Amino acid sequence: MIPFDFEYYRPESVGEAVQLFEKLDRLGKKPVYYGGGTEIISMGRMNNIATGAVIDIKAIPQCTAMELQDDHLVMGAGVTLTQIHEANYFPLLAQAASRVADHTIQNKITLGGNFCGTIIYREALLPLLLADSEMLIAGPKGEKNLPLDQVFNQWVMLDKGEFIVQVRVLKPYLSLPYRHVKRTKEDKIHYPLLTICAMKVDDQVRTAFSGLCDFPFRSPGMENELNDKTRPVEKRIENALILLPCNLPDNLEGSAAYRKFVLSSLLASILTELEV
Amino acid sequence: MEYISIGKDVTRKDAWEKVTGRARYTADISTPDLLHGVLVTSTCAHGNIKSIDYSEAMNMPGVRTILTGDYYPVLTGSVLEDRPPLAAGKVRYYGEPVALVVARGEAQAAAAAAKIKIYYETLLAVNSPAEAMKPDSPLVHERPEQYRKVIPEVYPEAGSNIVHHVKIRKGDMNKGWTDSEVIVEGSYAMPPADHMAMEPRSARAEILPDGQIIIHTSSQGPFAVRKLISQHFGVELGKVAVHVPLVGGAYGGKASLYLEYLAVMASKAVDGQPVLIRNTREQDMAGAPGKLALEAKIKLGAKRDGTLTAGEYSFIVGTGAYADTGPRMTNSMAMNCTGPYQLENVWCDAYCVYTNHTYATSFRGFGHTSMTFAVERTMDKLARALNMDPLELRRKNAITPGATSPTRLKLTASNLGNLPACIDKLRQLIKWDEGQNMAVGNNRIRARGMACFWKTSNSPTDAFASAVVVFNSDGSVNLQVGAVEIGPSTKTTLAQILAERLKLDIDQVHVEMEVDTRHNPHDWKTVASMSTFLVGRAVEKAAEDALLQILRIAAIVLRRSPEDLALDKGRVYVKDNPDFYLLYADVVHGYKYTNGNTVGSQVIGRGSYIMPHLSPMDKETGEGHPGPYMTPGAQAVEIELNTSDYTYRILRAATVLDAGRVINPAAARGLVMGAMGMGLGLGSREAFIYDQNQQLQNTSLRTYKVMRIGEQPAYLVDWVETPNLISPFGARGLAEHGILGIHAALVNALSLAAGVEIDQVPVFPELIWKKIEEQKT
Amino acid sequence: MFQLNSEGLINLEVNGEVRRVLVRPADTLLFALRERMGLTGAKPGCENGDCGACTVLVDGWPVKSCLMLAVEAVGHKVTTIEGLDNAPIQKAFVEKFAFQCGYCTPGFIMNCQGLLDLHPDASDEVMHEWLQSNICRCTSYQEITEAVRSVLQQAK
Repeated sequence: MIPFDFEYYRPESVGEAVQLFEKLDRLGKKPVYYGGGTEIISMGRMNNIATGAVIDIKAIPQCTAMELQDDHLVMGAGVTLTQIHEANYFPLLAQAASRVADHTIQNKITLGGNFCGTIIYREALLPLLLADSEMLIAGPKGEKNLPLDQVFNQWVMLDKGEFIVQVRVLKPYLSLPYRHVKRTKEDKIHYPLLTICAMKVDDQVRTAFSGLCDFPFRSPGMENELNDKTRPVEKRIENALILLPCNLPDNLEGSAAYRKFVLSSLLASILTELEV
Repeated sequence: MEYISIGKDVTRKDAWEKVTGRARYTADISTPDLLHGVLVTSTCAHGNIKSIDYSEAMNMPGVRTILTGDYYPVLTGSVLEDRPPLAAGKVRYYGEPVALVVARGEAQAAAAAAKIKIYYETLLAVNSPAEAMKPDSPLVHERPEQYRKVIPEVYPEAGSNIVHHVKIRKGDMNKGWTDSEVIVEGSYAMPPADHMAMEPRSARAEILPDGQIIIHTSSQGPFAVRKLISQHFGVELGKVAVHVPLVGGAYGGKASLYLEYLAVMASKAVDGQPVLIRNTREQDMAGAPGKLALEAKIKLGAKRDGTLTAGEYSFIVGTGAYADTGPRMTNSMAMNCTGPYQLENVWCDAYCVYTNHTYATSFRGFGHTSMTFAVERTMDKLARALNMDPLELRRKNAITPGATSPTRLKLTASNLGNLPACIDKLRQLIKWDEGQNMAVGNNRIRARGMACFWKTSNSPTDAFASAVVVFNSDGSVNLQVGAVEIGPSTKTTLAQILAERLKLDIDQVHVEMEVDTRHNPHDWKTVASMSTFLVGRAVEKAAEDALLQILRIAAIVLRRSPEDLALDKGRVYVKDNPDFYLLYADVVHGYKYTNGNTVGSQVIGRGSYIMPHLSPMDKETGEGHPGPYMTPGAQAVEIELNTSDYTYRILRAATVLDAGRVINPAAARGLVMGAMGMGLGLGSREAFIYDQNQQLQNTSLRTYKVMRIGEQPAYLVDWVETPNLISPFGARGLAEHGILGIHAALVNALSLAAGVEIDQVPVFPELIWKKIEEQKT
Repeated sequence: MFQLNSEGLINLEVNGEVRRVLVRPADTLLFALRERMGLTGAKPGCENGDCGACTVLVDGWPVKSCLMLAVEAVGHKVTTIEGLDNAPIQKAFVEKFAFQCGYCTPGFIMNCQGLLDLHPDASDEVMHEWLQSNICRCTSYQEITEAVRSVLQQAK
């Protein structure tokens, strides 16, 4: 039960959505784009979010599209995690998506919502960080296709009024060797102690992490160390961990020391399994 | 003997309403005139309330009134009256109700609640039972000794956080230690946790113009609600009506009053209009009472052959910010402190102390769950010290008839049951002799651990229940009892007992799920796994009363004396000529002759039963008779530990308990398995986590985890049936017992597999890793 | 474009019947079902998407109705436990004693029903994955697993 009021809009085109945002913003409604809404509703109940209007993007055809086109896979921001899992075009993403929250909520959480949420884990981003993916962003200045690393650095960086319409991944990445490991404090349905997605591209391992910092990340520096085949695996991991972009956290999910133990052993098995 | 209903997997009477969504719980019944109450709870664990600013909230749309502690200052409690329903002057735990907004709509009330500003002067908080015992500890209550005692046997100590102290002094400790050839000691910690009934607590109250108070609530004790509301609001008992529809899980957590006081206050403040308060999950976890904390030390002495010679037990029970049933649970732990083992020399000091955590109330096991963990971990340590099979050690010391309990109660086969038989059956069931610690390759170790338990109720010495059996003209009956259906199939079990006694088909016994204190006869509370016994006996007596009436009428019609008649399958017949009979339907509303004359009248059976021979525990020695009978049992858990990362799986979990007589095997198995699941949850993941300011960190199911499907082991359940002679068909309580030793069995297995002693719960993989790291250094 | 600016009437198709319902745009589907339509089978257990007691089917897929706005359901088909009519899974829950207090039961059954409709050949692994979205505090889950398996087997 959400104690405050807001208006609800369900536009049917990208243009309509963008115009609506601008109009509502001018009226001081502090509008937000609305995907699955799971986070907006749960935060709304706790008064942890304030908005006067939500713009539901799920009736916009581009946002709910998911198909293979020419050389790439297109996924709308309004596609649910379950749809991604069931279609299984991109098995690594399918697997990562199937471990966010729980299965029923995956029927509601959208790809765009997972990217833009405030919960720090945003695990559906990890495979996309590895796959040189692109995002189609719409906003007051029109639509633009941008490489993910230009849109994402710790957070998805969107200007006011912009929203993610689609994500694109080049076909070859869909079938590269990969590993996905999510570890929790104990329960399967829980926030990650840490999640690792790994992909082998041209004999090099790429890795992206969630649960290690307040944001999901991929670190070229760490990858260099992990791929340094002149050293034994333990040394490569040790060197990579020095380059972590933050201090490992001590929180309800686990201590920093335990995270380090789990991370090291998981990286060791991933490197072995992917033969890098 | 061939039974009609007893021992059969009778379909639950509430089955179809529950699988169709038609089952109604307290908050399901909404009327357009309903106002809604929303609580504002403390964000401070210990502090003085400096001011509460609700001026903005008061002007929000739909708001009718806002209550704070000064609106109706009253202190409540079932043992010691120490708790104001709304904090007065001071808050003592994070989540404590401080203000209550009453508004037309629930969203309006919540919107206003968010605007209330409360300013606290923070005080140092007491963070654990051990801290509470320190002489320089902050005081949670300034003058606990001045609170009104509801029962005489509670002993709060001035100038301390001690609410209660109970002692067991049995035998000769000097002799016990002298006789000991091996001595082991252990210290254990079990954190507070939550009942986590899927239905959050809710209550609704209205006050009629003539002063009648009508309450609907999710409670295990409608008659206790009636009594306490009557007492605290100065309304005659008969003018309080308490309705309890189906309750969505309770596990002890809905046995004491919480929202009921607040709902009545709220209604009082709005001229008696109906007000519903329903807890959010967060409020239900942080605010409403939970499970106690325990810090225990146990020292056991034994001869080299394993015979126990002495036991010293120290329990510090954290009851949180208020006493509630904490002192009773402390008694409960002390009175059964040895676990189900024969031990002549026993010394126990159990303290119940205040802390600045959510207060504790009865929780499945009533203290035994935590106590058993400490006892059974120590038994495993003793087995290790003796180099003895832990099962053999327990088998050797298993208590048998002729011995006495720690409270010096003489034990018989009837009041004790047969633990050795349970252990023997468990040994087969879990295949104990295949080994307890086995490497199975691929960094995996499989290990088995076990534990034993016993438990009796610790009830008021005058706890009673009644039953009324009303015959319908078709020969079927309506059974009226005061027991609440909180989940264990109580009403179906009682219907089975009645059907059996009346020789009726179970379908001819009608029960209603709702309890209304004006329609239903009294019941102490639906707690302590006592309903089959306590209410069951009342049902039996009511059945007997009804049958006498049937026989009296039938004797006239059949022109024989009542002793010449017998009953079966809804018929009353002449013993020497079964073809000469009447149907119940012919007589239960009076027998009508062809000429119109009628003899007899409606058959209505009455029965009431009070627990026999109970007496409180002596203040200095603990001697007494606090509970009616024991249910003993033995449990085992098999786990698989991955030694590369210390994750583990629970593969199998087994319980064999002495059920006396199993009334409904399918329902009973379900209860035992469900309780085992809850215990495995406590052992593996469940605990309240407090930060350094004693603010509760995990107030939702996102962060407080319970077992989910697929995480459960294969459950194995079997019975021993040693009749309990005072109970219907010999039945013993069993609804909570599956929880008692299962976490101890789990941790015994994990300790064995990991090669470290783990003396706390819950056991996360990280804890095993930490223990192993500590051992390395 | 569909929109609702303030409290107003919307059409919701629930259990095959289109009903006109007064809601605020911020009201959840759970609220609308319970408080506006009297369909109290869906239960509030956490209103945070964690427990699954409020699960209903939306276009055949299980959804936690506490995490869906009532307005979002406009144009979709909602099925609640009240919309099942003697479904095999209901009978299986009765026969296997797959509930005790019954509070989580409607949500569990709706999730099971969704699974049985969409994946009638589900493996244990898939069943667990789906049903891990729901919490039952009374049973051991063994009973629920047996109930679902018995219906899956009938389907096979």
